[in-house]
Amino acid sequence: MTTLFTSDHEWLRIDGDVATIGVTDYAQSQLGDVVFVELPKVGRSLKKAEAAAVVESVKAASDVYAPISGEVLEVNDALAAEPALVNSDAAGKAWFFKLKIADKKELDGLMDEAAYAKHTA
Amino acid sequence: MLARDESPLKQTPLHTLHVARGARMVPFAGYEMPVQYPAGVLREHLHTRENAGLFDVSHMGQVALRPKSGRVLDAALALERLVPQDIVAVAPGRQRYAQFTDANAGILDDLMVANFGDHLVLVVNAACKADDEAHLRAHLSDLCVIDSLGDRALIALQGPKAETALTKFYADAAAMKFMDAGPRRVAGYDCFVSRSGYTGEDGFEISVPAVHAESLASALLENSDVLPIGLGARDSLRLEAGLCLYGHDIDTTTTPVEGALEWSIQKSRRHGGARAGGFPGADAILAQFEKGAPRRRVGLRPEGRAPVREGAALFPDATSTEAVGKVTSGGFGPSLNAPVAMGYLPSSLAAVGTSVCAEVRGQRLPLKVAAMPFVPNTYKR
Repeated sequence: MTTLFTSDHEWLRIDGDVATIGVTDYAQSQLGDVVFVELPKVGRSLKKAEAAAVVESVKAASDVYAPISGEVLEVNDALAAEPALVNSDAAGKAWFFKLKIADKKELDGLMDEAAYAKHTA
Repeated sequence: MLARDESPLKQTPLHTLHVARGARMVPFAGYEMPVQYPAGVLREHLHTRENAGLFDVSHMGQVALRPKSGRVLDAALALERLVPQDIVAVAPGRQRYAQFTDANAGILDDLMVANFGDHLVLVVNAACKADDEAHLRAHLSDLCVIDSLGDRALIALQGPKAETALTKFYADAAAMKFMDAGPRRVAGYDCFVSRSGYTGEDGFEISVPAVHAESLASALLENSDVLPIGLGARDSLRLEAGLCLYGHDIDTTTTPVEGALEWSIQKSRRHGGARAGGFPGADAILAQFEKGAPRRRVGLRPEGRAPVREGAALFPDATSTEAVGKVTSGGFGPSLNAPVAMGYLPSSLAAVGTSVCAEVRGQRLPLKVAAMPFVPNTYKR
């Protein structure tokens, strides 16, 4: 499995033609305490760069954009009950949604871990 | 809540302390201010409600109004030309909440007015302080010297452990009651202390000469019950307490009655009172006392978990197409562990318990009009 990153601080774990998507630890540290997460509906067809989810901290709401196009296969319902998972385990238990990848070429523009580390340095 | 401004930012006397404690600094009302420290907004908020929080509010304006006659009554009468409050009745050593109104019955700023025995001391909002001082000079210079106290910092110490924390440096802190105010020696410095604040908690605001601000703040923070608190938690605390943020919940387009601030206008300034009227917009404001206002600021509790934030349009139900009001402050209340908001609704929809909807990201979310404060205040009266 490969993990890729966007300049908007999302991560994508690629497993065949399925991408699991979440926000990075850097993103959660900038957001602060997460109190609410709104996820897309299963079955929704997302276009790359479309607003897909919303993360709300005490202070503000931030959009999470679809890093690639695809159909929503599954969402992480645990985030509704426990939004703070985004702060405690952004790269793991706090995944947001799984997409059926529409076009693998869209992955080409994304960063690997080393490039993302430079991006946030 | 974070007003962006491109002009060079000013720093408060506590800037070095904020940076040393890892604060995230943001522009606010022309100042570089701490929005949060490493503990984060949620913990800072809860810590203030359970222990004590120290807030740098040095960006706010402090102004002395000195009567040329030497009699504080003349300063009080002069100030009553600009505010609908009874200032004459503010006894020496006491403080009162007030608003500067304009000719259209709107609110230019809200402020605290303290009677220091021979003069008045005003605390006004940072974003309004230049305009407020100009307003005071333009209208009160015949009777008062308007003295900007720009060389003083302002530190708020809030929460159930604030009294104990302050007692170490000012032995008689416990003798003060809510809204007592006056000069006090704190840690040997010439301070002004009031028992008040902007969190709904018991607490104090301490005006200290700028040169001693860091020393006093550091001394207070040596107590492990006291944590520094940023603007983020200041906003969530005041929202839970149902307190207005000027420029958001009240402004020049809202009257004190629409803003649900009738409680702050004493009978002496209303129709039939000893000094009725005589402030800008008096006719329209006093008429609203009799006839009611077309709309009203209300507390709102979203029924779901999603915060409903400033600017969200309010509708009477899930389907109507015409917005009837809007949210002026909204977010998440850490002490309630739920979203909270305030906004304006037509008076017909302003009763506690009324169901309304807010539009958030194209969806209608249900809310109920709720009594404020959302979290009971703990003032020491």
